[in-house]
Amino acid sequence: MHNLNGKAPHKISVRNLSLSYGHKRALHDISLDMPAHKVTALIGPSGCGKSTFLRTLNRMNDLIGDVSIEGRVLVDDVNVYDRSVDVVELRKRVGMIFQKSNPFPKSIFDNVAYGPRINGVRDRRRLEEIVEGTLKRSALWDEVKDDLTKSAFALSGGQQQRLCIARALAVDPDVLLMDEPASALDPIATAKIEELIYELKKSYTIVIVTHNMQQAARVSDFTAFFYMGELIEFDETRKIFTSPAKEQTEDYVTGRFG
Amino acid sequence: MTFKRRIIGASVVGGTGLAAVGIVVLVLYIMATIVIGGWDVMSWEFITDSPTEGMTAGGIFPAIAGTALLVLIMSIAGVPVGTITAIYLSEYASPRSWLARLIRFAVNTLAGVPAIVFGLFGLGFFVQFVGGGIDNIVSGGTVMKWAQPNLLWASMTMALLTLPVVIVSVEEAIRTVPRELRAASLALGATKWQTIWHVVLPNSTTGILTGGVLAVSRGAGEVAPILFTGAAYFLPQLPGALSDQFMELGYHVYIMATQSTNVDATQGIQYATTLVLLLLTFCLNFSAIFLRARIRARKIG
Repeated sequence: MHNLNGKAPHKISVRNLSLSYGHKRALHDISLDMPAHKVTALIGPSGCGKSTFLRTLNRMNDLIGDVSIEGRVLVDDVNVYDRSVDVVELRKRVGMIFQKSNPFPKSIFDNVAYGPRINGVRDRRRLEEIVEGTLKRSALWDEVKDDLTKSAFALSGGQQQRLCIARALAVDPDVLLMDEPASALDPIATAKIEELIYELKKSYTIVIVTHNMQQAARVSDFTAFFYMGELIEFDETRKIFTSPAKEQTEDYVTGRFG
Repeated sequence: MTFKRRIIGASVVGGTGLAAVGIVVLVLYIMATIVIGGWDVMSWEFITDSPTEGMTAGGIFPAIAGTALLVLIMSIAGVPVGTITAIYLSEYASPRSWLARLIRFAVNTLAGVPAIVFGLFGLGFFVQFVGGGIDNIVSGGTVMKWAQPNLLWASMTMALLTLPVVIVSVEEAIRTVPRELRAASLALGATKWQTIWHVVLPNSTTGILTGGVLAVSRGAGEVAPILFTGAAYFLPQLPGALSDQFMELGYHVYIMATQSTNVDATQGIQYATTLVLLLLTFCLNFSAIFLRARIRARKIG
């Protein structure tokens, strides 16, 4: 049990979470608390379960058949795996950014307006406000404001990823899950995403999966180290990278394996 | 030994090549026969006029219009049903569920049923059962309006025949919609249906269109299903209602060749009608190929 002694209110609390694909166990008895308005980084070698863990938080694993889950994931003290929880409502509160930017084959405007529209916002003025506001918050507005009718595919990779962030912000979530959001981007575009994460954590609780140790060290407040489906260590990022409690963690963050 | 092997090799290459060339020659020969035979008759008036003088002269306009109406109503009935089935099979049904397997079995069986069986089914089900039922309800069976072959029942029968084509095309198109787009939509809190409606279907329109075009080209070339369900020997005017009978190109060729008062005198008309029918089907097939190429290009790109 990794507890942070209530330094900040916990937005997400995971209790004894285990997950299996068929007979193959992918996550084993994970428990941790993620504080609100902080960035939590999930690190670990490929196949360690960090992305699977991320996807349990907004129940995206539900889409894969043959998955069984035990334990609890509490978002604002409500177990998201409870029968009474509406998964559609959950995903509106817990947004997700994917590894490969995946804008819809629509205009910039329609991409950002997608979420509000499916939530029933029809008023053009209101939609324009939301689109402008979220594009500003995702630091894309100045680059695209001249032509919002342009296809999202006309944007660069980094711009597309920031568009996907704007699209996620437009449904007004509290939590943002990011699955290696910058792994396909060049260093300059990556830096922009990282700056953006720093800005966004003022308003959102962010959980980010990353392969990049420096990135985890730069953007996150807390770091969880996963290995072979188990949570090895969870602590403040500063401690994980300077004086980790476990030898395995130290070996990984110093690049001795992984 | 080497000599024998060379002989075998040469005869395999020669034989397969000959077969391939043979097919091309056959197609060209058929086309040439039809074009030459129909050349003298083919004219603008032939396309736009009605048959005259006991169908030994004049044009084939009613048959062209009848064919167009037939495939149009068929598409209106068949494409939505096929699309909905394809959505169910690819989005909702788990591939191993007995219902999905049953539907797939039914679709495959439907695709293999001879066209004449559809014709007989159409007569028994649509004309006599459904049509008769409507007449009974409307007039107590005293007025026979729907219980006879007409445009609507022929189109419905044709829609059943072409349903498998639509289902397969649409399903193929739906499968090419990237999984990332669905995930993006669901992660934004869209329901499954919203995701299908706003993301999957708009990205499958080319496939739905291809399905429609393929169904139309298949339907335009079939005669057997409409033999007993709505095609007319000769009508001086175009159908004005769904309960009217109609002329059709394929059927027109058939009756010209077998039932005409003067088969020899109509030979030119037969060839020219066949030419019109072939051109129509070719155009439809080419547009389907073009649409498919566009879908495939997206899949790779």
